[in-house]
Amino acid sequence: MPLFLLGNLNVELPMKEKPDVLQGTLALMVLKTLDVLGPQHGYGIARRIEQISGDILALNQGTLYPLLLKLENEGSIASQWGASENNRRARFYRLTATGRKQLQAETRDWKQTAAIIARFFEVKAEDLP
Amino acid sequence: MRFLRRFFIRLSNFATGQSADQRLQDEIAEHLAFQTEENMRAGMSPAEARRQAALKLGAAQAIREGHHAEQSIPFIENLLFDLKYAVRMLRRSPGFSFIAIATMALGVGATTAIYSVIDATLLHPLPYPNPSQLVLIQANLPGVGAHDIGLSIPELRDLQNSGIFQYVSLCFFGTDTLTGSGQPTRLAGKSVSPGYFAVLGVDAQLGRTFDPHDATPGFNNEVVISDGLWKRALGADPHIVGKTLRVDNDPALVVGVMPASFRDQGQTSEQVSTELWAATGFSDDPPPLRGSRTPYETIARLQPGLSPEAAQGRLDALVASLKKQYPADYPPQGAWTIHLTPLAETLVGNVRQSLILLFGAVGLVLLISSVNVANLLLARASARGREMAVRQAFGAARMRLIRQLLSESLLLFVLGGITGFAVLFCARKFLLQFVPESLPRLNDISIRWGVLAFAIVVSVAAGTIFGLAPAWLTSRLNLTATLRQEGRGSNGSRQRSRLRHVLVIGELALSLVLMVAAGLLLRSFWDLFRVQLGFNPSRVMAIESSLPNPNDPKTDIYHTATQESVFLREALRRIRTLPGVEETAVSDRQAIPLGHGQNDRRMIPLVREGEEGQSSQPPLIDTSIVSPEYFHVLGMSLARGRLFVDRDLEATPLVAVINQAAARTYWPNQDPVGKRVRMLGRLGRARPDSTTIVGVIADAHTESLADAGIPQMYLDIYQRPAKFLAFYLRGQIDPAAISAQVRTQIQAVDPELPVFHAETLDDVLSSSLSVRRFSMEMVALFAATALLLAGLGIYGTISFLVNEQSREIAIRLALGAQRSNILRMVLRQGLGLAAAGAGVGLAGALIVSHLMAGLLYGVSPYDLSTFAGVTAVLTAVAIAASYIPALRAMRLDPITTLHSE
Repeated sequence: MPLFLLGNLNVELPMKEKPDVLQGTLALMVLKTLDVLGPQHGYGIARRIEQISGDILALNQGTLYPLLLKLENEGSIASQWGASENNRRARFYRLTATGRKQLQAETRDWKQTAAIIARFFEVKAEDLP
Repeated sequence: MRFLRRFFIRLSNFATGQSADQRLQDEIAEHLAFQTEENMRAGMSPAEARRQAALKLGAAQAIREGHHAEQSIPFIENLLFDLKYAVRMLRRSPGFSFIAIATMALGVGATTAIYSVIDATLLHPLPYPNPSQLVLIQANLPGVGAHDIGLSIPELRDLQNSGIFQYVSLCFFGTDTLTGSGQPTRLAGKSVSPGYFAVLGVDAQLGRTFDPHDATPGFNNEVVISDGLWKRALGADPHIVGKTLRVDNDPALVVGVMPASFRDQGQTSEQVSTELWAATGFSDDPPPLRGSRTPYETIARLQPGLSPEAAQGRLDALVASLKKQYPADYPPQGAWTIHLTPLAETLVGNVRQSLILLFGAVGLVLLISSVNVANLLLARASARGREMAVRQAFGAARMRLIRQLLSESLLLFVLGGITGFAVLFCARKFLLQFVPESLPRLNDISIRWGVLAFAIVVSVAAGTIFGLAPAWLTSRLNLTATLRQEGRGSNGSRQRSRLRHVLVIGELALSLVLMVAAGLLLRSFWDLFRVQLGFNPSRVMAIESSLPNPNDPKTDIYHTATQESVFLREALRRIRTLPGVEETAVSDRQAIPLGHGQNDRRMIPLVREGEEGQSSQPPLIDTSIVSPEYFHVLGMSLARGRLFVDRDLEATPLVAVINQAAARTYWPNQDPVGKRVRMLGRLGRARPDSTTIVGVIADAHTESLADAGIPQMYLDIYQRPAKFLAFYLRGQIDPAAISAQVRTQIQAVDPELPVFHAETLDDVLSSSLSVRRFSMEMVALFAATALLLAGLGIYGTISFLVNEQSREIAIRLALGAQRSNILRMVLRQGLGLAAAGAGVGLAGALIVSHLMAGLLYGVSPYDLSTFAGVTAVLTAVAIAASYIPALRAMRLDPITTLHSE
């Protein structure tokens, strides 16, 4: 596990918090990535998430695979073997129709939640009636 | 939806054993290759690039586990794995497994057997729809101490119209004689008012039952018959409905046949297997009086949704208003009340206590066997300390270990339970022989699915409860210490051995409780068995017959005592000529000593002359009708006055004989001989002639083995006719042949009479003890089992202690300890356990014996000799069980022992 590898108590706390954030949102990130980029292999998805989130999310790339299997079991994505850009054999994941619908719904939910939270942060004491 | 889809895919993967591991491995390999390439492009050395790639990926094993958990259902997988492992462990130590499974089979099998009896009797006493709506209605006059006085017809109509009940019905159990084809057959029959089957809520399989709104006065000549009678005596005639049978010389129109599964309600197995129901209405001419009560039993079905308590409340209000309306019929000193009892409670009343006692006893046996198995598991735990330590060292979580140990013990317990159930199922016919026939619903006892479910639930519960503590303690160990000890027994065993001691003490205590219970029951039974009967049952046989009881007195050839006495004298004369017969007598069946249940007594109001007006409700006295020879044949002795003589006839003044208890109760400090009583017939139609008491006989245990002091009155059969007869024969009689011989003689006088139920009075006596004997034998059996198990338990514990201390003992021996000291040391440990067990057990036994005081006879629940004897037996067993390991300890060879360590 990550704690093990880092072997450093100082980073233990932030590392512990990160998976919590990830759990709910990583699936959404995966779906969005596939939506934007089209069929993609695991490594590609991991890279993309890292690139977009910058250094904030130190993704433990391996955790992606059980998640991918879960999404596949749920029918949101499908996978098959194919050849990668540099002619390697890789397993490609693509969004299914169900997955697309799920993505839309979750995007809507997420935006709503984010908007509500954002409004809470914007409100100042003097704004209250 | 998505969740379901995911679940089903996982389930199917689990079921088909499909694994995605290879795919994951491939993907991870690819992933690492991509990352390594990229790292190298960033300028890392190949080795560093691979290392960084692996770091970035994370722990491969954890990912695989996560992936696998997603692919399948780990919980069930682990469970199966645990079970597989448990089966392996079981087979690896067959001796241990056999003992554990056999112990549990004994415990669960015995418990299930008693449960199946309770299931049929206490839990499902009424196999009818909505049985909780059924109630028994009893009217009482607590003011004069009269109980269950019956209801009059106007009272019954008030109840019917009260809105409290859906239906109300009367019923009266008796026997009928079916004539017309082959041998006259005597049947268990019931006279019922037409609402009877509506109350029970059961319909006929053929034809119909009675119309509950049928208001025909008197008998309407309709009968409903049982499936058994239909098949046995009537050849399952499909056109039976509409045909006429002859019952007690009356024509009876068959209107319906009940289903094969139908069992009547009633307190005895005889009543439950009633075969003929005759509809009874009540004559309106002359109009029935409020004060003349019927001897019938009244049952009713409550309105839906009305609880018995609420119904009782409304009934009390009704009673209060009736008292106001008819003050003359309900004088205030009688304090007339009507009481509702849920019917289910009344049916098994007299055996309930015995059954609950048995269930308690068998529960203790189950507890003891579970404790024994738990003890075995604990003993094995020390042998498996190393295995547990190794597993923990490899990273098994404690919960995981507990789960695995628990599945092992659950497997043992459930296998034991199933074995017990299987044995019970195979032996059910054999075992049912031991259940006394007087048990109501004996025929309904069966090993059903519910019983199997009970066995499994009990085993699982016992396995969880008694497997948890050993699992907890086994999995709790000090890793390094255990591993370092190299299997020399483990250090973490202190708590385990403390628990083992507690368990053994518990076992000893429980078996002491059982043994005290068994001892007290045995003493009571013995006292009852040896009670001075006051009559002599040996060499006496009773054979029953019954005279027809037609509705129309004009067709009754035995209507008057004079008519009947011709038959009786001739029958007796003929029976006396049979080989071996020395003396004969005849009585009604109520007079068969100990031959009938409480509900079959004839209770007659006793109005003493000169006290007629004092109370509206005279006391009821248990009355029998006997021939003059009865007292002599039964060896009952006269205390004062005279017995019946031949010149007491229908035309001469009526006479009666009472027992001393009646004399004491009703004529205290007076000489009852010469006193006169008025006999009120219960239906108000018997002659209210005055009867003179001519003699007093000594009290005898004719009504109850436990009580000789029940007031009795005897009337002369040549003065008062009786329909249900019992002939008594004293002499050297061959019980096998006598029934046919008596039948020939009686039917030579009247070929229409049935002859049945030939029994020696010794048999009657012993069957009157049958429920007591059954519970005594059962509890004794359970106590013996418990003692055996407790002995094994203490043996195992002491052996284990000796094993554990063998090093210490060897050192002591090497240092010069006397061997007898070693023996004493070990025995002291056994004795210590026994003393603690006996102490706890005695306290428990005091509570239990107090609770079962009602089942005892002639022995105090705190009988010192029983308590002392049982404690001595337990101590002796404990010493004997510790003696074998103690001998082993004594003979220990110090050199070999110390070397082997």
